[in-house]
Amino acid sequence: MQVRVYFFAHSRDLAGCAEAVESVPPETSVTELVEGLLRRFPKLAALRTSLRVAVGVDYQEGDYHLREGDEVAILPPMQGG
Amino acid sequence: MQKELILTGDRIEAGHLAANRKMGPGMGAAVCFSGVVRSTEAGREIAAIDYECFEKMARHQFDLLFQTVAARWPIESVRVVHRLGRVEAGETAIWMEVIAPHRQEAFAACQFIIDEMKRVVPIWKKPLATDMT
Repeated sequence: MQVRVYFFAHSRDLAGCAEAVESVPPETSVTELVEGLLRRFPKLAALRTSLRVAVGVDYQEGDYHLREGDEVAILPPMQGG
Repeated sequence: MQKELILTGDRIEAGHLAANRKMGPGMGAAVCFSGVVRSTEAGREIAAIDYECFEKMARHQFDLLFQTVAARWPIESVRVVHRLGRVEAGETAIWMEVIAPHRQEAFAACQFIIDEMKRVVPIWKKPLATDMT
């Protein structure tokens, strides 16, 4: 199945692109997706311990299982205000 | 609870916002907070900050915050305005107002919103050095 990944702020700088389409097996977890992204975009490892992941507009933990067509956001630490 | 969220590239006019304040009977506290861009970041002088936002998610996360506020305190209204894009040093990046019957809950809710938004609302800043202007 395919999921679309969006990189924001510093993660976009590290990935070198704003978005990517990832082909992953059904039931892939957020953790598995992130590990795949770290292999494909090694510079993202700088954010390994601090990045958060949203699916749609909600945060999801690593054990969340992705579905076909999910839109995943890679979020460096927030800095609003 | 009334709530208003504005994400804007326009300059925040705190005086204008305050002048448009509406307070119902029984409301005795209006707490306002302005977050202003400092002229230094990590010890270096900067000209401005560029704010990036994942707007669809930011609106949703603010809404969740407002729901928490409404459940926790007897707040009549919350208004939040956050600048996006380039904000010059000295300009207001975020303005918020909480109206409540008493100051305790107004201060508490205001503090909660600014603390939590920095944790969960997807907005990021990039300092722009003075020599990049």
